[in-house]
Amino acid sequence: MATTLLEVKGLETRFFTQDGVVKAVNGISYTLNESETLAIVGESGCGKSVGVMSLMRLIPEPPGKITGGEAMFLGRDLLKMNKEAIRQVRGKEIAMIFQDPMTSLNPVLTIARQITEALELHMGMDHRQATDRAVELLEMVNIPEAAGRINDYPHQFSGGMRQRVMIAMALSCMPQILIADEPTTALDVTIQAQIVELVKRLRDELGMAIIWITHDLGVVAGLAERVVVMYAGFIVEEALVKDLYGSPGHPYTLGLLGSLPRVDMIRNERLTSIEGMPPDLIALPEGCPFAARCTFVLDRCLRDNPPLLSVAPGHKVACWVDVETGREK
Amino acid sequence: MSEHSNGKEVLVRVEGLKKYFPITRGVVIQREVGAVKAVDDVSFTVYRGETLGLVGESGCGKSTTGRTILQLYRPTGGNVFFEDVNLATLKGGPLRRMRRRMQMIFQDPYASLNPRMTVGNIIGEPLEVHGVATGKARRERVQELLALVGLNPYFVNRYPHEFSGGQRQRIGVARALALQPDFIVCDEPISALDVSIQAQVVNLLEDLQNKFGLTYLFIAHDLSMVRHISDRVAVMYLGKIVELTDRVELYERPQHPYTVALLSAVPIPDPIADSQRQRIILEGDVPSPANPPPGCNFSTRCWKAIDICFEQDPPFIDIGGGHYCACHLVK
Repeated sequence: MATTLLEVKGLETRFFTQDGVVKAVNGISYTLNESETLAIVGESGCGKSVGVMSLMRLIPEPPGKITGGEAMFLGRDLLKMNKEAIRQVRGKEIAMIFQDPMTSLNPVLTIARQITEALELHMGMDHRQATDRAVELLEMVNIPEAAGRINDYPHQFSGGMRQRVMIAMALSCMPQILIADEPTTALDVTIQAQIVELVKRLRDELGMAIIWITHDLGVVAGLAERVVVMYAGFIVEEALVKDLYGSPGHPYTLGLLGSLPRVDMIRNERLTSIEGMPPDLIALPEGCPFAARCTFVLDRCLRDNPPLLSVAPGHKVACWVDVETGREK
Repeated sequence: MSEHSNGKEVLVRVEGLKKYFPITRGVVIQREVGAVKAVDDVSFTVYRGETLGLVGESGCGKSTTGRTILQLYRPTGGNVFFEDVNLATLKGGPLRRMRRRMQMIFQDPYASLNPRMTVGNIIGEPLEVHGVATGKARRERVQELLALVGLNPYFVNRYPHEFSGGQRQRIGVARALALQPDFIVCDEPISALDVSIQAQVVNLLEDLQNKFGLTYLFIAHDLSMVRHISDRVAVMYLGKIVELTDRVELYERPQHPYTVALLSAVPIPDPIADSQRQRIILEGDVPSPANPPPGCNFSTRCWKAIDICFEQDPPFIDIGGGHYCACHLVK
């Protein structure tokens, strides 16, 4: 039995805006085991980023607020820690890389300054030790001539190289969990492949657990072990990678997979699109949030929101309908 | 009208198209110190009624190619024939009259619609500019176009901010269709949209093509979507087309090493198929188009490169059955 590293229970995050309360994350629960890669998949606005930002306590308050739930990390609740304690966790035990490496690196500081900051702060290294370690880290992420480039500024690096610098920074304190928030979305496909290979190699070498947030079901297939699918702030399906692609249990997952063309084969002449749009998070419908776009919809779906229930070992689905028969379970 | 040997009618013929952007030094007296060769000697044809996909990574010149064909940028060299008219030499009134027949759909539906104009005015503007319809006739035509792209005709008085990304892209499509063009350049029309919305817009584009016999130049970096929508596909790298053929041939039997690497880098949404593939991870980044390498542009990243690749630029030749490739190793 794998050891649980992180256990999120009923996490709920709200944004209190002038237009109303945005229900960004609505009671999500999942676990992350040691040295496991978990992917969180969903479209823009589904709460996948807000969910992990809440764990790191990076939600701007106000307007945001974590209104419920707990997140147990090695016996401590991340959501109840004081500011000082969470700062010790952030960057050291749980590190994060972001989508756009240009905006998440400071343009007026050298790469050396940005990597050594965390080393001096969390690891108690002096300046020389930290600089040596920074060069090692840059070599680890395959930046050519690392020692010569350490005093360069972010704009002197290409997009892929900047993402490598971000990864080096995130790994500087050997975190137990790496949270990657759409790290390859802004990159070209050949560069994306380089970064994914790099992360896989580092994961195997360092044995860390990864939460990989993405909208790209293609990247997930080759990288993750388990997948959580989010929609409108809810988890609608959770499964092992092979089960999710082999026998998707939620109509939304089914629709997403159907709307993806594939590079290795020509599928139907027409893509099966999901009609309509995701619901407004200020005015979530009663019942299932996907009901308005669902092809399997029943009367019950419009009244009650289905809970996330186990359908097979390690496979949970939040749906009243059995997608294979189209009838209520 | 020009006919190709295979009996298909040629709508657009691009010959040796070049677009260089000057790099200048100095504030008052600007000297030209170099040029970014965004498009460097590109030739291809687009047949009537087909979709030609144009793929490549960012900065490879695919969007510049699309814009130069439409004369939104004037070419540095080469010709663009639309039917038999050379657009590169046209100016003023005659060019404007040709513009009615070719339109563009842009990538970013947030930046390409004027936030201070109503949807009715956005879609109706080309009708007025080209003197096609005014007043009541214009309003009716706009409503007809809205219905055509799957939006409610009563939306004419709304502003772009009231719509979602997918709906805005539909407005962009309606605007492009307003003058009943023959040829539409779709410049990454779906890259800014979510997956489930992408499929909606692609299906719409395909329906409209069937209905009006439209010809598309579909520019994208998503190889899976290009495979789905295109009849033929051209692959660009650093300002040049390296391979061009029909979609089955390109995806089943890619010849150019860059195409091979690019295809192998695309993730497949199926863990079993994905794990059984041979993946080629290219080293390094694309060189700067201001300073391309001597010889083949891809030689700096090519794992098959031989001596000649670093010295001579390979010609773009037909290697059989309309399969064009520019590589010294492919004959």
